[in-house]
Amino acid sequence: MPVHELEKSFQQKIDNEVKIEPKDWMPDAYRKTNIRQISQHAHSEIVGMLPEGNWISRAPSLKRKAILLAKVQDEGGHGLYLYSAAETLGMSREEMINDLHSGKAKYSSIFNYPTLTWADIGAIGWLVDGAAIMNQVMLTRTSYGPYARAMVRICKEESFHQRQGFEILLVLSRGTAEQKGMCQDAINRWWWPSLMMFGPKDSESTNSDQSMKWKIKRKTNDELRQNFVDMIAEQIKVLGMKLPDDKLKWNESKKHYDFGEINWDEFWQVVKGNGPCNKQRLDARKKAWENGEWVREAAAAHAKKRAERQKEKAA
Amino acid sequence: MNKMKSNSLIDFSLHLADNALILGQRNAEWCGHGPVLEQDIAITNISLDLIGQARSLYQYAAQLKADGSTEDSLAYLRTEREFRNCLLVEQPNGDWAQTMLRQFLFSSYQYYLYQYLQNNKEETLAAIAEKSLKEVSYHLRWSSEWIIRLGDGTEESHSRILKALEELWRYTGELFIAAPYENDLGIAISSLKHDWSKKVNTVFEEATLKAPENVFMHTGGKTGTHTEHLGFILTELQYIQRVYPGCEW
Ligand SMILES: [Fe+2]
Ligand SMILES: [Fe+2]
Ligand SMILES: [Fe+2]
Repeated sequence: MPVHELEKSFQQKIDNEVKIEPKDWMPDAYRKTNIRQISQHAHSEIVGMLPEGNWISRAPSLKRKAILLAKVQDEGGHGLYLYSAAETLGMSREEMINDLHSGKAKYSSIFNYPTLTWADIGAIGWLVDGAAIMNQVMLTRTSYGPYARAMVRICKEESFHQRQGFEILLVLSRGTAEQKGMCQDAINRWWWPSLMMFGPKDSESTNSDQSMKWKIKRKTNDELRQNFVDMIAEQIKVLGMKLPDDKLKWNESKKHYDFGEINWDEFWQVVKGNGPCNKQRLDARKKAWENGEWVREAAAAHAKKRAERQKEKAA
Repeated sequence: MNKMKSNSLIDFSLHLADNALILGQRNAEWCGHGPVLEQDIAITNISLDLIGQARSLYQYAAQLKADGSTEDSLAYLRTEREFRNCLLVEQPNGDWAQTMLRQFLFSSYQYYLYQYLQNNKEETLAAIAEKSLKEVSYHLRWSSEWIIRLGDGTEESHSRILKALEELWRYTGELFIAAPYENDLGIAISSLKHDWSKKVNTVFEEATLKAPENVFMHTGGKTGTHTEHLGFILTELQYIQRVYPGCEW
């Protein structure tokens, strides 16, 4: 079949909501966009383990410690499913990890902000996992089959994380003056970076149109961001806290909340590597990988010896 | 039960709980930093199991104390001289070889101990031991596989395991020396040594390793005289509860 025919039937499948599977023909750009997006998503899960992992040793009760450990472990699991989904497109996990370490592949900028107090663990669960869910619920219907299926599993756990995060803040919001202050401070610091998680404005976003046509994405950055603001603006009332935005206001005619302008300079600085923790996060990942090299080599060497011994026995 | 016995039961439960908590805390340091993603998840899982065991045991001790103690007051408000964990579990993670060896030496001990305790006449304690034994069997299998892999892997991994042995072996003697509370309760801790040694030697043989001989054995953890590491572990673990006393979290 000539290429334009293949392309036509590919787009037809997408239009008819038939999932694209690993062995199906697909345009090169579709493959590349998916590899980029899924691996970036996988890296985000893995790098995301670091800021929260910071507080495992200091969690304020044994119950919170166990919940946080399980949460961070879930994120590792998400990374694993996502690397596997991306591998179906023909790139190995090792290659993807090398791209992360060289800076060629990105991960979500949100993880370049520091976790300074225990309340940050609540704020991350509520706001960061909350923002991730907006995006991920949409992705359960993305056109690439393995990605969509990975997302279904992941979404269930993410909504659990969001509830646990909210619950941490709820307890703080009902606690002592110091705890309330800690709660508000964390919301102040995490609010704007979580709005940035949805990416540039639609008017500035470069790969949006094609991704919508291929149904990799089904909602635009601005739509998702608006949904998130509408959700959080309501939930925060339960906490009796404030979002750090004077312009936040219900707009009756639009049936949405209006909100202030994101600091796009900060957004681009963090993307470029100048966030408060970009260097620490990447260094930590590289160090883990380098320190693990002899372990991976030993495991491979042992497996090889074993296989050889088995062969000898069989012979 | 007379007063002395019941105090000993509290001490013994705290000893078991402290072992699980401190090793869980140590293992959790790997979370996000493991040599490969699957193993990062596996060690975090073991950490979770251990913290779960610690919680059950602290809850049990709190119930025996019946003085308003809770699992959290016992974990967060006791000092380094009150902790009764053995010295082995508080030793630093070091490299992956040292962490694996610490896990293997401890899990094999815990395996025979819980097997023994599941027949204890204190029903709650027996039930905790029985439930934990399922988890510990997995920890033991997993860490045994790692000892074999590293011992019989590359030259480098072999020499790293040897170094870990040199570091940790001297803390294994304490495991089988009964503390006063164990004697009181008639816990025949020294009787576990035979099975433990057999298990360790079997795994070591497959790993092309040999258990060191004539090593001086350090003791004291079980009665509250620790290595310098414990103070730092508790400082971090207890930080929030110490800075903001009496809060809900
Ligand atoms: Fe996430
Ligand atoms: Fe996740
Ligand atoms: Fe999550």
